[in-house]
Amino acid sequence: MEQYEGKSIYNGIAIGKIWFYEKSEQQVKRVKIDNADEEIKRYEKAKEIAIAQLNQLYDKAVTDVGEANAMIFEVHAMMLEDADYNDSVYNIIQTENVNAEYAVATTGDNFSVMFAEMEDEYFKARSADVKDISERVIAALAGVDTDAGDMDEPVIVVAEDLAPSETVQMDKTKLLGFVTRLGSSNSHTAILARTMNIPALIGVDIDSSWNNKMAIIDGRKGLLYVEPDEVTLAAYKAEQKKDEEARELLKNLKGLPDETLDGKHIKLYANIGSVADVANVLANDAAGIGLFRSEFLYLEKTDYPTEEEQFAIYKTVAQNMAGRKVVIRTLDIGADKQVDYFNMDKEENPAMGYRAIRICLDRIDIFKTQLRALYRASAFGNIAIMFPMIISLSEVKRIKEICEDIKAELKENGIEYGEVELGVMIETPAAVMISDELAKEVDFFSIGTNDLTQYTLAIDRQNSKLDSIYDSHHPAVLKMIKMVADNGHAEGIWVGICGELASDTTLTETFIKMGIDELSVSPGYVLPIRKIIRQTRRGK
Amino acid sequence: MKEFSYIIKDEIGIHARPAGLLAKEAKAFASKITIEANGKSADVTRLMAVMGLGVKTGAEVVIKAEGDDEDVAIAKMQEFMSANL
Repeated sequence: MEQYEGKSIYNGIAIGKIWFYEKSEQQVKRVKIDNADEEIKRYEKAKEIAIAQLNQLYDKAVTDVGEANAMIFEVHAMMLEDADYNDSVYNIIQTENVNAEYAVATTGDNFSVMFAEMEDEYFKARSADVKDISERVIAALAGVDTDAGDMDEPVIVVAEDLAPSETVQMDKTKLLGFVTRLGSSNSHTAILARTMNIPALIGVDIDSSWNNKMAIIDGRKGLLYVEPDEVTLAAYKAEQKKDEEARELLKNLKGLPDETLDGKHIKLYANIGSVADVANVLANDAAGIGLFRSEFLYLEKTDYPTEEEQFAIYKTVAQNMAGRKVVIRTLDIGADKQVDYFNMDKEENPAMGYRAIRICLDRIDIFKTQLRALYRASAFGNIAIMFPMIISLSEVKRIKEICEDIKAELKENGIEYGEVELGVMIETPAAVMISDELAKEVDFFSIGTNDLTQYTLAIDRQNSKLDSIYDSHHPAVLKMIKMVADNGHAEGIWVGICGELASDTTLTETFIKMGIDELSVSPGYVLPIRKIIRQTRRGK
Repeated sequence: MKEFSYIIKDEIGIHARPAGLLAKEAKAFASKITIEANGKSADVTRLMAVMGLGVKTGAEVVIKAEGDDEDVAIAKMQEFMSANL
């Protein structure tokens, strides 16, 4: 097995035989001619043929890859009609008394060098376009078709370089991926690969001896394996199957409601850790964000994030989610998440120590800064706030007082804020046991199963020696979840799960039957869970 | 002679397609229409030359028209630039 690196154009996996594609290079000879006018006529005719071909390619590309990507062929036709290009061809034919092929090749080279020497990546990449059109005219002069050859079976195409026209003409049902030595990620061929969802690598040190050999393109890591061993091949086949399943899910389930067979609607939300994750949430069609871990704002900085910094981020997320629910969890640091500038003492038992809401209620200034930013952002979308590590009613009452103070303060200053649901994380056995009382105080519960399991089973999550007895399906945990759901519903509030258990597909049905209203999972799990929800009957 | 200056808003700058369309538009006029950028000048009807200027986003260009129909030409150019670039 050999392994090569390249720059990935499209993140996907392709497995198949290599077809080494060699352009039928037009050998251009310099030939003296007698009649320059005749030669110019020959050129004009060939140019017409080339433009007609480009128009046909444009039509094909519009159907295959959409108008925006097809434009390159329109541009190619325009380039062929450029006055400077044509003047140069005429000039060479007339002054040197040479054949049209030579004049076109020379002109093509000159213009392509001009673009290649430009600074900007976009303009540099145009050098390939000039070469492409020139080769097309030369082929037309010789009376040959420039079509890429036919492929008998699905292959990974390996070539020095591919022109957009070649990429578009290849039979896509037989094109698994492509690998080239040249090209840039700005080139139209690269853009087409992305549009057509074809795994592709550029900048690979290719070799013609690879023809017919088995290969794997790993577009995620930018790797090419030639003649992969059994183990690698099996691993990539499994990975590829997973990708296909995900794509299939997306195709079949995108846009469908999260409803059980008997009509119970589940709020299927996604967990995020930063603004960048929002795109993934939308791509996977989640109905909202059920857990936005705000600590990244603090973890990636060297000093406390200001109200403005936080406001800008919460606002962006709320706006991007366009009215869909965004549940933001207030600062949850301590335990395994440490921030230097908080200057916290070393603790014997940090999981049970000074963390999360305990810090916030002790250092009110930090807490208030975050709450003000959250309330201000609530004017721009559907924001809910939840508080982590709650163990008592008095904490919740204190939090609500602080929230009221902040609202009053904003109102006084004429700053707008929206309706904000307040909820608590249920992640301590204490919160479970008093959930009947807590339910009277808040708008929703979100069960954090990771900490709840660790505290209920008294098993340190960080201690790998205990992994074998860490049973995430322990009946004690499931009974607690049921208890929280019942207590929440008795007071008419919604109850969700945002811990890892929410994405455990073997438990989805159990949770639905318990009456859980919301599941918040990693974006990638949204559609697999949607599939199960839609096949489940809640019953009664 | 008529002229106006314009700041390019297109993300890539004056790229191939608008340059091609611009050339087409300009060919309809008798006036000689030029574009100046980065201290260089090019005939707007010449696509490769215009692309050769390598005008990027945020750059200021000056479009000049000179000839019998310069008023109409410059108005059309202005319209084209703000709609496409």
